[in-house]
Amino acid sequence: MNINLTLIGQTISFFFFVWFCMKFVWPALMAVMAEREKKIADGLEAADRADKDLELAQKKATQQMRQAKEEAAAIIEQANKRASQIVEEAKEQAVAEGKRLKAAAAAQIEQDVNRAKEELRGKVAKLALAGAEKILGATIDEAANSDLVNQLAADL
Amino acid sequence: MASEGLTQTGYIQHHLQNMAYGKLPAGYVRVDAEGHQHVLEQATWTLAHTSQEAADMGFWAVHLDTLGWSIALGALFCFLFTRAAKRATSGVPSGLQSFVELVVEFVDGVVKDTFHHSNKLVAPMGLTIFMWVFMMNLMDLVPIDWLPLGAQVISGDPHLFFKVVPTTDPNATLGMAIGVFLLMIFFSIKNKGIGGFVKELALHPFNHPLMIPFNLFLELVGLIAKPISLGLRLFGNLYAGEMIFILIALLYSAGLIAGIGGGVLQLGWAIFHILVITLQAFVFMVLTTVYMAMAHDVDESH
Repeated sequence: MNINLTLIGQTISFFFFVWFCMKFVWPALMAVMAEREKKIADGLEAADRADKDLELAQKKATQQMRQAKEEAAAIIEQANKRASQIVEEAKEQAVAEGKRLKAAAAAQIEQDVNRAKEELRGKVAKLALAGAEKILGATIDEAANSDLVNQLAADL
Repeated sequence: MASEGLTQTGYIQHHLQNMAYGKLPAGYVRVDAEGHQHVLEQATWTLAHTSQEAADMGFWAVHLDTLGWSIALGALFCFLFTRAAKRATSGVPSGLQSFVELVVEFVDGVVKDTFHHSNKLVAPMGLTIFMWVFMMNLMDLVPIDWLPLGAQVISGDPHLFFKVVPTTDPNATLGMAIGVFLLMIFFSIKNKGIGGFVKELALHPFNHPLMIPFNLFLELVGLIAKPISLGLRLFGNLYAGEMIFILIALLYSAGLIAGIGGGVLQLGWAIFHILVITLQAFVFMVLTTVYMAMAHDVDESH
């Protein structure tokens, strides 16, 4: 329990250890801890940002979905309209075609009738001539009388 | 328990004596273990064999055990913390690194709370003091006869003095307190100038020329009291703690029942002592930081 040189020895070693700690231990540890602190802060910030991004993306997705639905509805409506239009058009065309066919058929019939009339006329002329020949008993000069007969036939 | 034939007083005294290495003057009469006397013909550097010899060595002696253990523990602190610092990564810390970072963060927090100036020395000094004092105090928990007995067996000297707790030696605690004191004066003068430092001593607490001698007396006593109270607080707590361990150890030689009682007591006191050693290390660190802060406070108005 005597005070002696140990006192000074202890003071010197105290200064040495403090210096050592200040030089080699403290700054290195502090740097590492500050770096980790920064890392954690960055990580938290990134997580925050990701959260925000997710929220934004969800909002965007919802919006896009709604837009798509609207578009789809518009397209369907348009298609419906177009379909009815096509049906209408087809109907009109069918009616027109029917009319055309009817007209053609009518024309054909008329032509046929005309042709038959023509034929009949020829035959009537010949028949009239033959009848007249029989009645008259003599050959009629066909060439001289055909005009008359043909005129007769044309009046039928 | 120590060797037979040792009285209880002798046992206690033996445990309280450091291993002193110093100079005995010429003509000094030494008494060896068998009671023979012989006179030293010339001044000799030697280990003290008795407390009386240690006392007669005066100031020019060193306590090899105190210095040895404190330097070894300080070196261990440096080694552990340097290793942790070198291997430290900013990733997930583990093992030694987390312990070291825990301590560093704790000390850093305490220092930041009490010390608001910019000084690169104070926080590492707080860490050094805390860990070093804590480790020196921790030696108190090693059963008190193990290491001295080991040292006696190794050295072959059954009367070797060997104290393992440096902080139970006032030289160690006052030595550190003197270190703190020198830093305190250094930073005071650096921050306030010699004039400012002297003014602080001379013009407080009574700012009047007539009161200067009174002020000086008061402030100087206050100034000197700081390192002394700092060192003696630590020494007193640890010395008392070790004393109780020694007294408990005495029970082991007093029969089976007393021995078992002693074991229980030692366990209880050791558990309680864990608090004391941590607290004392903490107090030493905090007071050092406070003194440093006082040395940095320039425009202090009372």
